[in-house]
Amino acid sequence: MGQQFDSATFGMWVFLLTEIMFFGGMFGAYTVYRSMYPEAFASTSAYMNPLYGALNTAVLIVSSLTMALAVRSAHLDKQKALQIFLLITMFFGLCFLVIKGFEYHEHWVDMKVPLIGGHWNYSEAPQFAHQAQILFIFYFFMTGFHAIHMIVGLGIMTTIFIMARKGRFSPIYYTPVEVSGLYWHFVDIVWIFLFPLLYLIGHTRTIL
Amino acid sequence: MQLPLWPEAASAIASDVDHLYIYLTLVSVVMSVLIFGTIFVFAIKYRRKSEDETPAPIHGSWRLEVTWSIIPFLVMLTFFWWGAKIYFLNATPPPEAMDVYAVGKQWMWKLQYPGGQREINELHVPIGRPVKITLASEDVIHSFFIPALRVKHDVVPGHYDVLWFNATKAGRYHLFCAEYCGTEHSGMVGWVTVMNPADYENWLAGGGSAGTMAQQGERLFEQLGCSGCHLVDRQGRGPNLRNLYGSRVQLTGGQTVLADDAYIRESILNPNAKIIAGYHPNVMPSFQGQLSEEGILQLVVYIKSLAIANAPGAPTASLLPAIIPQPVNLARRLAPQQDGGKQ
Amino acid sequence: MSTAIQEPQQTTETVNYLNAEYGWKSWLFTTDHKRIALLYLISISVMFALGGVFAMLIRLELLTPQGDMVTSDTYNKLFTMHGVVMVFFFLVPSIPATLGNFLVPMMIGAKDLAFPRINLLSWYIYIAGALFAVASILMGGVDTGWTFYTPFSTTYSNTFVITAAVGVFISGFSSILTGLNFIVTIHKMRAPGMTWGRLPLFVWAHYATSLIQVLGTPVVAITLALLALERGFHIGIFDPAIGGDPILFQHMFWFYSHPAVYIMILPGMGVISEIITCFSRKGLFGYWFVAGSSLGIAIVGFLVWGHHLFVTGMSMYAGLYFSLMSMLVAVPSAIKVFNWTATMYRGSITYQTPMLYAFGFIGLFTIGGLTGLFLATLGIDVHLTDTYFVIAHFHYVMVGGMVVAYLGGLHFWWPKITGKMYPEGWGKFSALLVFVGFNVTFFPQFILGYLGQPRRYHAYAPEFQVLNVMSTAGASILAVGYVIPLIYFIWSLRYGKPAGDNPWGAKGLEWTTQSPPTTFNFDQTPIVTEEAYAYSKKPEVEVG
Repeated sequence: MGQQFDSATFGMWVFLLTEIMFFGGMFGAYTVYRSMYPEAFASTSAYMNPLYGALNTAVLIVSSLTMALAVRSAHLDKQKALQIFLLITMFFGLCFLVIKGFEYHEHWVDMKVPLIGGHWNYSEAPQFAHQAQILFIFYFFMTGFHAIHMIVGLGIMTTIFIMARKGRFSPIYYTPVEVSGLYWHFVDIVWIFLFPLLYLIGHTRTIL
Repeated sequence: MQLPLWPEAASAIASDVDHLYIYLTLVSVVMSVLIFGTIFVFAIKYRRKSEDETPAPIHGSWRLEVTWSIIPFLVMLTFFWWGAKIYFLNATPPPEAMDVYAVGKQWMWKLQYPGGQREINELHVPIGRPVKITLASEDVIHSFFIPALRVKHDVVPGHYDVLWFNATKAGRYHLFCAEYCGTEHSGMVGWVTVMNPADYENWLAGGGSAGTMAQQGERLFEQLGCSGCHLVDRQGRGPNLRNLYGSRVQLTGGQTVLADDAYIRESILNPNAKIIAGYHPNVMPSFQGQLSEEGILQLVVYIKSLAIANAPGAPTASLLPAIIPQPVNLARRLAPQQDGGKQ
Repeated sequence: MSTAIQEPQQTTETVNYLNAEYGWKSWLFTTDHKRIALLYLISISVMFALGGVFAMLIRLELLTPQGDMVTSDTYNKLFTMHGVVMVFFFLVPSIPATLGNFLVPMMIGAKDLAFPRINLLSWYIYIAGALFAVASILMGGVDTGWTFYTPFSTTYSNTFVITAAVGVFISGFSSILTGLNFIVTIHKMRAPGMTWGRLPLFVWAHYATSLIQVLGTPVVAITLALLALERGFHIGIFDPAIGGDPILFQHMFWFYSHPAVYIMILPGMGVISEIITCFSRKGLFGYWFVAGSSLGIAIVGFLVWGHHLFVTGMSMYAGLYFSLMSMLVAVPSAIKVFNWTATMYRGSITYQTPMLYAFGFIGLFTIGGLTGLFLATLGIDVHLTDTYFVIAHFHYVMVGGMVVAYLGGLHFWWPKITGKMYPEGWGKFSALLVFVGFNVTFFPQFILGYLGQPRRYHAYAPEFQVLNVMSTAGASILAVGYVIPLIYFIWSLRYGKPAGDNPWGAKGLEWTTQSPPTTFNFDQTPIVTEEAYAYSKKPEVEVG
C-alpha cells in the first residue's frame, strides 16, 4: 500500500510538471508579446481590476489551507472533519469562479471581450487596438484555462467527497485525497503566478 | 547525362565555405573510418570461437572516457570557430556595398535597382563589387538562396532582411526560394547573372522606364499625400525628413533609435509605434494596405536620398542622391577593387 | 527459410499473456502492459505503412525534374503528410510504446507499469489523434509541411490544417502519459536489489526519453493551440500585418520539436546497448557514462532549438550560442558510440540479425550525427539549411538510426514477445537490403544538398536528375527490405520455431521468464543480486 501511495503521489507530481510546461508555454508567449508592445500592454492594464484578483488570491489561498486540513483529517481518521473541510474547500472554489464570473461580466460590459461578436471595442486608444486584442485574448486564454482546471478540480472534489461519505478513506488508505490535494494546490499556485503577471506588474491606472 | 557533384563557386565567400566543408568532410571520414574500422576489426578478431566462451568484463576507463570526450569536443570547437567567422562575415555587409531590393511574393521574386530597373526572377550584378540585397516579403516566409554564391537568408514578412555577397566569377547561376511557401514553391526560381563591369554598365544603361527608385518614391510621396505634412523646405506638422535617414532620433518615451530602413518602414505602416519626441500619436495615418512592399522600398530609397543630398559637398539643387549610378560615373565606380574585396 | 518440423517444446496448454484470455474485449479493455504494447505495435505499423506509401509517391515523382506525376498541391500534401504521420504517429511513440511498454516492467522485475489503466488510456488517445490525422488526409490533406510554419499555415493555406493540428495535439497527450507512467514505474517499482546502478541501459534510455516527453510535449500542445486560434480567429500573434511575429511560432515549435528528435533516438540507443552486450557476451563498457549520456542528451537537447532558425534573422550572438550548444549535445552521443565499440573489445561476438542491425545503427547513426555537426556549423548551415542535405541528415539519424534500432529490437525480443523465432536467414538478408537500400536512397541527397537542391521541391533543376533517380532506386530496395520482415514475422507466428525462454543466452530479468511471458511476468518478485550484463562471473578487470 505504501508503495502504491508513493507511486500515485509521484505520478501526480509528474503530471503537474507537465501542466507547468503547458501553462509555462502560454506564459512565455504572453511575456514575449507583452515585451514587444509595452505601451499597448500599459493601456490594457487599466481594465484589469486588481481588487478582483486580490480577492480571488485570498480565496484560493484559504481553500488550499482547508484542503491541506482535509488531507490531514483523513490521515488522522477524522471522517467528519474531512467531509467538512472538503465542503469548505469546494465552497471557496465556487467563490473563486463566481468572482471570476463578475470580473468577466465587467469585461463584457466594457466591450473588452474579443472574438465573440459585438463585445470588443478599443476606440479609446485605437493605435493599440490590434495588440490590445491579442493581449486580451491571452488574458482570457490563460485565466479561462485556469478556470477550467478549477472546474475539473471541483469535479474531483465532489467525487472525493462522495467517496468520503461512503467511508472509503482511512489512515491506511487516503491516497485519492492526498493526490487531489496536490492537484488543488497546483491550481492555486498557477493563480499565484497569474495574479501578479496579469494584474500587478506594470499596472497603470490611466489609459495612455 | 549530367552528374554534377559540386556546385560552382562564384563568390568571395564560396571558397571559404567550400574549404570548411571539405575540412568537415575529412574529419568525418577520418572519424568514421576509425570507428567502422575498429568495429570491423573487433567483429572479426573477437568472433565467438566456442560456445562456452565467457569474456572477462571490462568495466570502463575514466581516462579513455575523458580523452574521447574532450578531443572530439576540441575538434568541434574548430568547426564552431571557423563557421562563426564566416557567419559574422555574412552578417555584416560592407558600407560601400551597392544596394538591390528584392521582394518575394507567392511565387516570384521582384528585383528593383536604385536606378529604377526592375526584373522578375532575374538578378544582374557586377563582378567584384559587394552587393547588398534588402529582402521583403509580401505574404509568407520565403528564402533567397543562391547556391553558387553560398548565400541564403529567409525573407520574413513584417520586416526587412539583408543578405550580401561579392561575386567573383561571371556566369549564370540558380536562384531558388528555399522556404516552403505554397503551391508553386518549386517554381519560385530564377537566375543570377554575374557580369563583367563593362557588360554590367551596358545593362544598367538600359535604365528603368519609370525613373530611379528614388524618383518613383518621390512620386509616391506626392501621390499619397506625405508631402502635406512632411514638408521639405520648412517645418510642417510632421518631422522634417531631410537628413533623417541614418541619424539617431529620440522618441517620446525617451529612448533613441537609429532611423534606418526598418524604422522608416515601420513608421509608414504603424506610425504610433515609434513617435519622435515632440510629436503626438494618432496624427499620422497608417498606410497599411495602401502600399506594396516594393512601394515602401521606393519610399525608403527616396527618404534615404534626402539625407545624402545634404551631405557636405553634395549637390543641393536636386534631391537625387549622388550614389545613384549616373552613367557618367559608372565606369569609374565599377573599376575592380584593388584590395579584391577582402573577406 | 527454415522448414523445421513443428515440434513444440511448450505445449499449447502453457498459459501466457496471449492465451490467458480470448475475445476482443480482453484486448481492447486490457490493462496488461504486454497486450497494450501489441496494440501499439499494430497501430504504429499501420501508420508507418501509410507514411511509407507517401514516401514512395514522393520518390516516384522525383524521378523526373518536372512535376509530372501529381499536381503541385498534391505533392505538397504528400510531403507534409509523410512528415506528420512519420514524426508524430510513428517515430515519437515507436520504441517506447511498443518495446518500452513490453519490456520496462519486466526488466525491473515488476508485474506491470505503475498506472496500467493510464497506459491503456494513452493508446486510446493515440488512436483518437491518429483518427484526426487520417481524417485530415481523407478530407483532402494538409500542405503546410510537418512544421506548420506561419503565416502560411495560419493565413494562406487552403487545406485542413486545424484538423491535422488537432490530431497532433491529441497524440501529444498519449506521449505525455506514456512518459509519466515510465518515470513513476522506474522510480517506484523496481524489484528488491534492482538499484539504479543495476538497471539495464534500455531502462535508463526510456527514463531520459520520458523526461523529455513530459517536459517538452506540453509546449508543442500550446503552440498548436495558438496556431489553431490564429487560423480560426485571426487573433494575430503570428501575423505580421497586425504586429505578430511569425518567428515566435518557429521558436515555440522547435522548443519541443528539437527535444522530440531525442525522444525518437534515445530509446533506439537503449536497444543497441542491450543487443551489443548480448551478442558480445560482455558487460557494457562505461556503464555510468552511457547512462549519464542519456540524461545529458535529454537536458542539453532542450537548449539547442535555435539551430533550426539560423537564417531567419536571429541575432548573431544567439547564433553563436545555439551553434556551440549544438556541438556540445553531440558529445554524449559520441560517448555512446565509443562505449559500444569498446564493449566489443575482447568480447565473444556472433552475428545474428539483431547484431547486424546494431552494426548498421552504429554506422548510419555516426554518419547522421557527424552531418549534424555540419549543420551546427554556422557558416556551412547558411548554405545547407533548407536543402536536401538536411533531409539526408535527419533520415540518417531517424531511419538509419531509429528505424534500424527498432527493427533490431523487434528481432531481438521477438522470441520473448511471441515465443517464436523468426527465420534467421531471411532476417540477415533483409538487414542487408535495408542497409544497402537506405544508403543508396539517402547518400546522394547529401550531394544534392550541397549542390543546392532545396527541400520540398516538386520540380527541380534538370542537372539534379541522376542523383534523384539513384535515390528513388534505393528507396525501392529499402521498401523491399521493410516488407520482407513484415511477411516473415507474421509467418513466424504460426510456423516459426518455438523459441524457448532465452534463445540468445542474454542477461536481463525479461529473459528469466517464459516465452511468451505470463500475464504478471514473474511468479514471484525477483530479487536482484548481480550487476547488469553479468555475462561473466570471473574477477573483473579494471582498466585504468
